[in-house]
Amino acid sequence: MEEKKRPDIKKLEKEATEIRKDIIKMLGEAGSGHPGGSLSSVEILTGLYYYKMRHEPKKPDWPDRDRFILSKGHICPALYTVMARCGYFPKEELMTLRKLHSRLQGHPHMLYLPGLETSCGSLGQGLSIANGIALGARLDRKDYRVYCLLGDGETDEGQVWEAAMTASHYKLDNLCAIIDRNRLQIDGFTEDVMKLESVKERWASFGWHVIEIDGHSIKEVMDAYDEAERTKGKPTMIIAHTIKGKGVSFMEDKAEWHGVAPKGEQIELALKELNMKPTKEQLEEAEA
Amino acid sequence: MTEMKATRDGYGEALVELGKTNPKVVVLGADLTDSTRTLWFAEKFPDRFFEIGIAEQDMLNTAAGLSLTGKIPFVSTYGVFVAGRAWDQIRTTICYANLNVKIGGAHGGVSVGPDGATHQALEEITLMRVLPNMKVIVPCDAIETYKATMLAAEIKGPAYIRFGREKIPVITKKDTPFKLGKAATFREGKDVSLIACGYMVCESLKAAEKLEKKGVSARVINLHTVKPIDKEAIIKAAKETGAIIACEEHQIMGGFGSAVAEVVVENYPVPMRFIGIQDRFGESGTPEELIKEFNLDSNDIVKAAEEVLEHKHG
Ligand SMILES: Cc1ncc(C[n+]2csc(CCOP(=O)(O)OP(=O)(O)O)c2C)c(N)n1
Ligand SMILES: [Mg+2]
Repeated sequence: MEEKKRPDIKKLEKEATEIRKDIIKMLGEAGSGHPGGSLSSVEILTGLYYYKMRHEPKKPDWPDRDRFILSKGHICPALYTVMARCGYFPKEELMTLRKLHSRLQGHPHMLYLPGLETSCGSLGQGLSIANGIALGARLDRKDYRVYCLLGDGETDEGQVWEAAMTASHYKLDNLCAIIDRNRLQIDGFTEDVMKLESVKERWASFGWHVIEIDGHSIKEVMDAYDEAERTKGKPTMIIAHTIKGKGVSFMEDKAEWHGVAPKGEQIELALKELNMKPTKEQLEEAEA
Repeated sequence: MTEMKATRDGYGEALVELGKTNPKVVVLGADLTDSTRTLWFAEKFPDRFFEIGIAEQDMLNTAAGLSLTGKIPFVSTYGVFVAGRAWDQIRTTICYANLNVKIGGAHGGVSVGPDGATHQALEEITLMRVLPNMKVIVPCDAIETYKATMLAAEIKGPAYIRFGREKIPVITKKDTPFKLGKAATFREGKDVSLIACGYMVCESLKAAEKLEKKGVSARVINLHTVKPIDKEAIIKAAKETGAIIACEEHQIMGGFGSAVAEVVVENYPVPMRFIGIQDRFGESGTPEELIKEFNLDSNDIVKAAEEVLEHKHG
């Protein structure tokens, strides 16, 4: 496998901050939506759309594109933002999120917005769809890869484990799934709602290659995607440890910010924080 | 003597034919491949058959994924397990996005027999017809099931084909016209219309004969496509016969008869009666016993016809 040229990490970190700002703005404008899980998955998506995936924003139907299947549909503000910034549709359209006749439905609808691979919002379904696409790719002898993002709470759904079995049964090594392990769902911490640990052992015992990373480290995210592509004979699960609400201090690690949009002063405060956000490098410099 | 054949056999044979003629067709199974007759395809085209195990929700969405790569997936299991257990998958992933997934719902109706209520699907017509983009076909015999299956591969978007377990009379011929959304009049009549789907077409034909002996001229319409429904044929029946009986091997509530009534009431109200399951669960028994137990046989239709005619002449 030839590894792609890596984009500049600092640039991607800046981009991630811009994406977070867009998420806050669009949710603020919409007046509703899901900031927590959108903010936690920014680097996961950035690593895919800016580095790993072969895709053509101007040719969303390109048959050889890698596929991204969003399973946790409620974090579409993050996906829409990344798609707009990559050129799938005009950035101004982000402000139509959740409004009547918008292509940006509250949960994604593939028939409205080219570039979306599925319609989703009912949790637990995406991994099965990704399996089907991976099987189809194999039948067609195509080498595109399939990526699927799940929430950690989402894995309460039994169907996820049905799909986990199917993927390993069929040795779908053209499939890479990612769990946004932000440790929270709606009713609280995953470990209180329905214990998930040990996530790693569970997926490994289902026959998956498992990689654990810091889901906010662009470098670790890119490394994991490369490792997944090198892994043969089994599907890969990346457990991305993240912070729900990442980047906005008053949202971080708070179940209450799962599905409530910021308003008024909260928007300003969030944007101000994100504007001031030092890069990792600046932090390291400051430390030194 | 009339040939007896199970509708599921028509499904299985059509899948094999599709396997030969349409390389895009793939089939998925959930540990019921023999019973749903998909085994015949699996044996001939193992590369295009996917066993998913006892995991209906996963099967439906895996099929959705395959359809996104241009395949035409057929998934099959019992109607209760597919329409019930995987309804949300069918709704949100498949119908919402108009994905090209075909569903073969086996074991429709009480005629499933001794397995009893858990395995007798009595609600799928309702559950499937409320979904936008979904097409619902309930063929009346094995030949029609074959045609419906071949047709399902041609049309775009999701389709549900309901078939049964038991051998039933083959009442159509290879050259009997079959068109999606186009009802077929199997017997002309002017006093009352018996509009039926699936096995009940057969009971309706028997009832029409019995009615003729009593001097009543009954029209029998095979309304194999529940959705999109043939409004024209229903309105014509209402106008020309002035009374309608809808016959289904399925819950009356929300099902086939309700679909017919929606058209009648809005366009040309005439007295109606409903033959179908009356808000009960199924039972164990032989198919013949159960058809009687649930008041689905030709004598029940005759009785309903006499009642509705009284009402009509009021
Ligand atoms: C089948 C289904 N049940 C319930 C919901 C409501 N719901 C939306 S998000 C959510 C919590 C998801 O938590 P998690 O998967 O951890 O997502 P994240 O933390 O990344 O936002 C729930 C229960 C849903 N969308 N689908
Ligand atoms: Mg979570």
